[in-house]
Amino acid sequence: MASVSVIDAGHPALGRRSRLRSLRGGLQGSEYAWAIAFCIPYVAVFLAFVIYPVLYGLWLGHKPSLYVELFNDPIYQQTVVNTVLYLVIGVNVKMFFALLLSGFFMRKGWWVKGLLMIYVLPWAVPALPTFISIHWMLNTQWGLINNVLWDTFHVDGPGWLDTSRWLALGSVIVTYIWKNMPFWTVILLAGRMAIPTELYEAAEVDGATGIKRFVHVSLPLLANLYLVCTLLSTIFTLGDFNTAYFISGGGPALSTHVLATLGIRDAFEIARPELGVAAVLSALPLMIPLVITLMHKLRTSEVQL
Amino acid sequence: MTAVTAQSAPARRPNYKRRRVWREVAALLLALVLIIWTLAPLYNMVMVSLSSHNDVFSSNIWPADPSASSYWIVLTEGYWYLEYFWHQYANSIYIGFWTVFLTLGIGSMVSYSIGRMRIRHGWLLTNAALLTYLVPASFLAIPFYRIMQSYGLGNNVWSIIAVEVTFATPYAIFIFQQYGRSIPFELDEAARIDGASPIQVYFRIYLPLMAPALVAVGTYALLLAWNEYLYQFLLLSNKRSMTVPVALAQFLNSDESPWNYMMATAVVYAVPPVIIYYLFRGKMTAGLTMGGVKG
Repeated sequence: MASVSVIDAGHPALGRRSRLRSLRGGLQGSEYAWAIAFCIPYVAVFLAFVIYPVLYGLWLGHKPSLYVELFNDPIYQQTVVNTVLYLVIGVNVKMFFALLLSGFFMRKGWWVKGLLMIYVLPWAVPALPTFISIHWMLNTQWGLINNVLWDTFHVDGPGWLDTSRWLALGSVIVTYIWKNMPFWTVILLAGRMAIPTELYEAAEVDGATGIKRFVHVSLPLLANLYLVCTLLSTIFTLGDFNTAYFISGGGPALSTHVLATLGIRDAFEIARPELGVAAVLSALPLMIPLVITLMHKLRTSEVQL
Repeated sequence: MTAVTAQSAPARRPNYKRRRVWREVAALLLALVLIIWTLAPLYNMVMVSLSSHNDVFSSNIWPADPSASSYWIVLTEGYWYLEYFWHQYANSIYIGFWTVFLTLGIGSMVSYSIGRMRIRHGWLLTNAALLTYLVPASFLAIPFYRIMQSYGLGNNVWSIIAVEVTFATPYAIFIFQQYGRSIPFELDEAARIDGASPIQVYFRIYLPLMAPALVAVGTYALLLAWNEYLYQFLLLSNKRSMTVPVALAQFLNSDESPWNYMMATAVVYAVPPVIIYYLFRGKMTAGLTMGGVKG
């Protein structure tokens, strides 16, 4: 094989070769075969583990009657409200604080760097151990939070996870923010660091400092990144199973499920896989526009960090 | 105009100084709040793991009598729920290793073909990867469960490896393509003129130059596999084939919850990825991008 390309390289018969190259996307015989061979493993994985499950899922959830049943189910209606709250509050509060904190971490000094190392811990530690720990912290009788409330203020803390739907959902959202905020702070911090310092210097000469500098320099330059991060985070959060499952477990009385956990519950706990798939597929009207926008943004705007 | 500035300047200076002190104090306060917010759940984890069984069910906020006996129980499999702890830990490592290896192999091969050899219609593959990247993994769990049975991979760790590779490879392709643009094409061409075949160029030029991106994506893939729970829970039910997170969750759902053992197990499981994360942090920031959050 190697010898062939040596001979080819030495030959002046460029006319025919370049025509062949253009025909085969710029590659010659054996090279073309290699290029195909290099793609085969990925294509195989994609067909076997993406296309097949997607088609199978669509087929499982194709009956309209499933959706009628679903929409009439009060648990499903609650779940949709929870999912929307989870996305709107969780994602936006998290992104907003991540934006502010990324500005804080731009400060100079050794202790800010040290603080950043500590601050990213929730992101570096595996999800499950910390979620189980938080679940126990929220225990009404023996949890750390209510113990602290008792020791310092002598008040009995509320039953975070087993009395009220809103307390439980709030706990899920706060845990979600705790876990994911560091990552997005680091992303936005990288975005801020990419802004040339000359811009800030020029702004300072023009008299823009503090809030003004943030609004007129940082914000316009970070806006696109912030938008892409928010959309991406929305889609990942939509698929977030672990947080709700391990913090509230959908309780009390199935009132804090989100779509990702409800789908699994329907499919495996009450053994109705079609209904579970339908619950998941009912998120498509939100997912499709998000995916299209993001495909466009990620391909064209070159979000590089 | 100048007179006004000159007059107000001395008046403003101490004010400005005081403001700077206040800002410093505010920053320190914020730092304190952040430290408490960040460390509380981790502190709780360590505190409970150091407590005795009775101290767990008390209103202590410090471990009354700290002891490492829970860790000893975990490490020696001294409790019936922890019977197969090391076996399960080995499963987690096995899954992590193969996920990293296959993700890097498959991802770098396809990126080489698209980015360096410029295969025709390569953009189709890029789009396929991007699309996969945007599909939440948990949404495919139900069909996956059925499909794994039909592939004959029920209760087999290889079904998990297949899942992790499927969801880690798109990110790998994304990063490899971005990073690959910084490697000059002349290197490939020079090697080809010297008679190197594509596979030689791949091994001798492409992979060594991609090393930083490989480290970043490898770390990402490992953390992804280590973090993942849903598929491991659905696809592995046998005590000997399951992984540590599944065993931990089983613990949680059992009637008697020995929280100190559970938290000790959690700490032992959480330490390796944290070490790896800090070791490769510098490399990760080069590649640590949009993908990291996917769970």
